[in-house]
Amino acid sequence: MVAVAGETAPRRVTRRRVLWVLLVVAAVGAYLGFRTAGAADSDDAAAFRFFTGVRNWVDDNRDTSPLFLYGVNYLRLGVRLLVDAVQAGLYGLGFAGLVAAAGAVALVLAGWRTALVAVGGFLAFGFLGLWAESVDTLVLTVSAVLLAVLTGVPIGVLAARVNWVSATLRPVLDVMQIMPTFAYLAPMTLLFLIGEPAAVIATLIYAVPATIRITELGLREVSPTSVEAATALGSTGRQLLTKVRLPMARPTIVLAVNQTIMMALSMVVITALIDAPGLGQNIIRALERVNVGVAFDAGLAIVIMAVVLDRITTGAARRRPATRGRSRWVVAGGALVAVVVVALLPIGQDLPRLSFAGPVNDLTGWIELHWYDATEWIKNVVSAGLLDPLESVLTSTPWWLFVLLVAAFGTLVSGVRSAAVAALAAAGIAGLGLWQHAMQTLATVLVTIVLTMAVGIVLGVWSARHDWFAAGLRPVLDAAQTMPSFVYLLPAVALFGASRFTAIMAGFVYAFPPVVRLVDRGLRDVPATVVEAAVSAGSTPRQLLWKVQLPMARGGLLLAANQGIVLVLAMVVLGGLVGAGALGYDVVAGFSQREDFGQGLAAGFAIVLLGILLDRLTQGFHHAKGPR
Amino acid sequence: MTSTITVEHLWKVFGPKPERVVGTELASLPRAELRERTGCLAAVRDVSFAVEAGEVFVVMGLSGSGKSTLVRCLTRLIEPTSGEISIDGEAVRAMNARRLRDLRRHRVAMVFQHFGLLPHRSVLDNVGYGLEIQGIGRAERHRRAGEMLTLVGLDGHENQYPEQLSGGMQQRVGLARALAIDPALLLFDEPFSALDPLIRRDMQTEVRRLHAEVGKTLVFITHDLAEALTLGDRIAVLRDGELVQVGTPEDLVGAPADDYVADFVRDVPRSDVLTLRWIMRDPLAGETCEDQPLPATTVIRDAVPRILRAKLPVQVVEGDRVVGVVDADRLLPALISHHRQVPA
Repeated sequence: MVAVAGETAPRRVTRRRVLWVLLVVAAVGAYLGFRTAGAADSDDAAAFRFFTGVRNWVDDNRDTSPLFLYGVNYLRLGVRLLVDAVQAGLYGLGFAGLVAAAGAVALVLAGWRTALVAVGGFLAFGFLGLWAESVDTLVLTVSAVLLAVLTGVPIGVLAARVNWVSATLRPVLDVMQIMPTFAYLAPMTLLFLIGEPAAVIATLIYAVPATIRITELGLREVSPTSVEAATALGSTGRQLLTKVRLPMARPTIVLAVNQTIMMALSMVVITALIDAPGLGQNIIRALERVNVGVAFDAGLAIVIMAVVLDRITTGAARRRPATRGRSRWVVAGGALVAVVVVALLPIGQDLPRLSFAGPVNDLTGWIELHWYDATEWIKNVVSAGLLDPLESVLTSTPWWLFVLLVAAFGTLVSGVRSAAVAALAAAGIAGLGLWQHAMQTLATVLVTIVLTMAVGIVLGVWSARHDWFAAGLRPVLDAAQTMPSFVYLLPAVALFGASRFTAIMAGFVYAFPPVVRLVDRGLRDVPATVVEAAVSAGSTPRQLLWKVQLPMARGGLLLAANQGIVLVLAMVVLGGLVGAGALGYDVVAGFSQREDFGQGLAAGFAIVLLGILLDRLTQGFHHAKGPR
Repeated sequence: MTSTITVEHLWKVFGPKPERVVGTELASLPRAELRERTGCLAAVRDVSFAVEAGEVFVVMGLSGSGKSTLVRCLTRLIEPTSGEISIDGEAVRAMNARRLRDLRRHRVAMVFQHFGLLPHRSVLDNVGYGLEIQGIGRAERHRRAGEMLTLVGLDGHENQYPEQLSGGMQQRVGLARALAIDPALLLFDEPFSALDPLIRRDMQTEVRRLHAEVGKTLVFITHDLAEALTLGDRIAVLRDGELVQVGTPEDLVGAPADDYVADFVRDVPRSDVLTLRWIMRDPLAGETCEDQPLPATTVIRDAVPRILRAKLPVQVVEGDRVVGVVDADRLLPALISHHRQVPA
């Protein structure tokens, strides 16, 4: 089998190339022959009416249908109780108590440096005058993370041990992870109404795949030799789990909790759209008035919270088990006493206000005044040169032709099965009656991903080739990856106002850090011996890059493209909040106007389908190895 | 306490539906053809041997010869496809999970090539792991683990973690962990392959010393012929899953069963391994000999000065009985024959 493939490989490559050329020619021909005027989407598609009907049925039966009486409503009640308990706990500590508690937790889990960061960070919430909002955000995050860890870790353990569980979960988790955050808010409100429970459950759905995946990975990575040695000594299955597998996977499981927290925080902020309290509310209100300064304060608070939570959990993951034992209990006990004492002290939260709203607004104004020509020029060039032509081609393509092309190109890139899923998703978008909007969103996504990949690859190559550059870039990328997605809208709005282009910029800023990372990783993973061999054969640095490193890092580059597309889609949709229009706007409108609910929900589904379409089309990238 | 193992017609076939291979005409196919026809890999093929109580039994083969699979089949870390294994007369394949666990907890312990230590436990807790899962209390298992660490020469390292130790020290921990449960049978799976040569020699000496001190039955897997010859009372040579020859180091070097074994042992200095038995000749009628005879079990090299200095042939005896004579004419070919033929 292997030998056969080896013999015909060169012939296959040329056949593939011919196939590609033929397909592109056919696609262009078909487009020119069949293109349409691109009529606007109707406000009253069958799908919208259907979803409105569903909503009406739910509203009428919420208190009578057994599904709600015995299922959904209890779930809602249970989550409400959890949120109330966490809220009572955190508010009960009071300002000083909570600051001390944050410091104490950081001290016990991650050491005194992190404790200082935590105390400083929590104090900052007070100085920014965002104390109550910050605690609300923290309450929702903690509740969602508790649920995610309590459900996700056991499921992850099960998936690592039982192969069919893992195989069944994989496609479900895949879809959950490519679903843009925006898309499942509407279904949540349908089932759980607006408010905290819906927000916590939406956050849980968003964050739990990471918990499950990383936990499973951690358990699967446990050295088989250690497991074998423990088995050879006669361990029972339970002993293997509690004494070998879980302790050895502990650092990875803590990392899973870290990722869960970061994702949960990011989502909790977005759930402000379905009326969840907290910092997200401030940002949305400010964005609606294009008041970047006010949004900046809230954004800063979110970033501080993200940094503090990230430091505490990564610190906990790094901790050596050697520091266990009595001394640690002493520290924990002392910290607890200190927290109680501080909480009982009559310290109010009457702090001097420290707001950046004024200076930031001044800066934004200055930028608008002085950079207007430059930003406007960039905006216009990209819009007129890339976005508009692409959008008009996509919107004037008849949907059936698009589906056919997706199937054909998808088969070439990712194989028949992925192509079939992608084509079905494309057909589904057409069925939802949002074809034009979906194509507009797609055009924005494609332009953004091209920009992201171009910049990402250049920076990634630089960072892989120059250690000083990598060292300088690392903290920037670290910070970028801990920031919740909402925050990325702010600088984009500050520079480009509310427009389509703002979404492109936000998507670009959001997606390029992971792309740079993957490219850098891919290049650095090229084995040193191969590089050495190429250098000793007399390659110039340029030849080394083009003939050895880039071809060998192809898998990493394509993976970066796949990951980047999913991130970009999530962000571009979020751009609906700041004037990007299309599907994102439909979703937002669905939350705010009752009569648009059907269209909003349909748009949510269209976004999910678009995500599946893009992910499946680039799915083959994951398995790509070496040049084709 | 010592232990005996007998293995009869043991098969381990990896791949889809492995049971269809054994006992059919597929079983006699060479490895490559079997894989092509069925997608199965026969890692261990119809292996039978017996290990005596107190013996050091070495299984030697190149990588991929199935030796690691074979040793794992003995305590069913890998489930055999067919065949019988018995340890102290008890059929291992008939044991239920509890009985098998008891066997692993109390009677058989294993040392691994890559150590298999638990990185989150201190050295002392690693050594005590086997006792801990038996439910032995903390004080008692720490005491016994401490004794074992003394035995393998790791005093003072109790509270360190495996990653703080060198490879050789880590393997001593692995050895102490195996000894801690006081097993009658110790299995070694290429325990010293990952160590550098000097440490390896130390560890071999250590194993010989421990064998002399505690007198357990040892099954030792290796790909290193020198190691096999130094340690083994008997050596089994494995090729493509099949046993080619089982015998003492002398048997292997003096009378290799086939070209494969002969090729293996070609570079071994014969005079270091073979005894006088292999070079003696029958005494001629009325031949006069030296006064002092040599025992037949003398290694050739140790007899060199005596024989070369002697004017007359030297008698070789087994007890009081004369079984042959040796002289310089018989000795010299044995001393030079291991040199490789240089192509002209």
